[in-house]
Amino acid sequence: MSFFKVANLGINFGGVVAVDKVSFEVRRGEVYTIIGPNGAGKTTIFNLIGLIYPATSGQILLEDKPLTGSVPHRIAQLGIARTFQNIELFEHATVLQNLLIGRHRHRAASLWQELLFTPAVRRAELAAREAVEQVIDFLDLAKYRDSLVAGLPYGGRKVVELGGALATEPRLLLLDEPSSGLNPEETDDMAFWIEDIRRHLGVTVLMVEHDMNLVSRVSDRVLALNLGTVIAEGTPAEVQAHPAVIEAYLGRAA
Amino acid sequence: MRFLFKTDYDQDIRLFKHGGQVFWYGLLMALLLAAPFLVDEYVMSQLHFICIYSIVGLGLMLLVGFTGQISLGHAAFLAVGAYTEALLQAKGVPVFISLPCAALFSAAAGLIVGLPALRLKGIYLAIATLAFNVIVEEVITRWEGLTGGNSGLHLKPVEIFGVTLDGDAGFFYLCLGLTVLSILALMNLLRSPTGRAFVAIRDSEISASCMGVNLAKYKTLSFAISAALTGIGGALYAHKVSFISPEQFTLLQSIELVTIVILGGVGFLHGAVLGAAFLIVLPQLISLAKDYLPANVGGTGLQAVVFGLVLIGFIIFEPLGLYGRWLKVRTWFELFPFYRKGMFRRQKSYMKSERLR
Repeated sequence: MSFFKVANLGINFGGVVAVDKVSFEVRRGEVYTIIGPNGAGKTTIFNLIGLIYPATSGQILLEDKPLTGSVPHRIAQLGIARTFQNIELFEHATVLQNLLIGRHRHRAASLWQELLFTPAVRRAELAAREAVEQVIDFLDLAKYRDSLVAGLPYGGRKVVELGGALATEPRLLLLDEPSSGLNPEETDDMAFWIEDIRRHLGVTVLMVEHDMNLVSRVSDRVLALNLGTVIAEGTPAEVQAHPAVIEAYLGRAA
Repeated sequence: MRFLFKTDYDQDIRLFKHGGQVFWYGLLMALLLAAPFLVDEYVMSQLHFICIYSIVGLGLMLLVGFTGQISLGHAAFLAVGAYTEALLQAKGVPVFISLPCAALFSAAAGLIVGLPALRLKGIYLAIATLAFNVIVEEVITRWEGLTGGNSGLHLKPVEIFGVTLDGDAGFFYLCLGLTVLSILALMNLLRSPTGRAFVAIRDSEISASCMGVNLAKYKTLSFAISAALTGIGGALYAHKVSFISPEQFTLLQSIELVTIVILGGVGFLHGAVLGAAFLIVLPQLISLAKDYLPANVGGTGLQAVVFGLVLIGFIIFEPLGLYGRWLKVRTWFELFPFYRKGMFRRQKSYMKSERLR
């Protein structure tokens, strides 16, 4: 049984073929990275997995069960969490509240219980806070705990978003350019966390990334895309040396 | 200045964060409970209205301030609540059944409006709810067999277990009790997952849905709860004015309700109550001022002009409303002399390019 598999995935926007027959398989517990020049269709693949776009063709399988045909919020309930390239946070809420929203898929109480705030709801709230506090500890967010997201620096928001995704306790974590907009030091932290997420939390990571230092440091395998099609797959070193990849980034020698 | 040292997660959850809050809210409650013995009939009547509009304001605040969905049709829910109460009372249904029915019928109407709201946003949603208001108003006017059309319906005072609440005190305690219950219910909701899901939808729909929030379910739920509270407010309103007719539930009424939310402070439960109080007190101030104004200024249009100016003034100078102003004043005193002008300025948000739908 494969953990996560994408088979012949494709989507057209009118006449533009954004993703064309892309297939890959992510093994449980690995860090799998998708690279490619701008417009290669990396983020589009994430949006297809999140069912934000309906796929024109192909299948997405989590533990051999197809996701296609489901609805976006079901994806999170199945244990797939994601972050966004340009950060989508709940601006007018505190960091703590942002992370607590990540616990949404674990809610059990009914509306009536919540209106009365019964002891069961209180217990669930306390448990949710404990889980979130572990994420805060893990990502070293304690100093921002009670500040509004709207007031945080860019690097802080990026970490909060990662925290929100971790708070859902995902099995598969989709990271869309985790290092974009971060300085070298913050990128270094991010690399540490990605390694830790895999090693200590046992979460499989599927990532889109441009920073090749980060890619080669944390990835087990890399998939290179160009113009919506797969051009290479393998270890970071193999892919970086692949002639088609070099051509896609640098062009052909005259 | 007060520092809270948190040693327990429960401190984040509990309703009263510190002893000061217990004291001040307790004092407010005690004063309100004693009010029938302290103030005259006229002030009591104003307090009735403040409670009633607070309940409606709370309902609208949940929808506008916490779920981020605009509604210009809340007078329609007010009407559904008021007419349900009037018709059931005429049939001899006791109030502790008719009041929940008013809430239930309004909630059902809220569900009906909530369904198209799933596909509409911002100004389009405003127009759709506005249309709903007009439809309900028209239906009430035309369905003479049920609603009496333009000649309206009369209501008797509330009767609980054979006791008629025709005095000021009894009805006031009923209104006050329901207001407090509404506030508690919303506070409970907002500190549990459902409330957080509402806030998530307000701030980023796409991220909310990626976190597992069912957008359709929670948007309609927010509409339903908001409408239910408005329905309860409508039922109390019907008893208070004891005569209801379609012209009390027009678009202007809806806009007045939105004014409560904006003046009070969008996104604060306190704002709903403050806004309601302001909305009730302002006309009194205007009529007091009329005595000192030239005769040709103090006409009937004066109130609408003042309301409009106040609304525009708040939007430009104090978008956080009355409660936001209070927060600033309090912070000024707490931090004296270190308060800075920009402390409450909204930070510029970062580029949002992934607004997909």
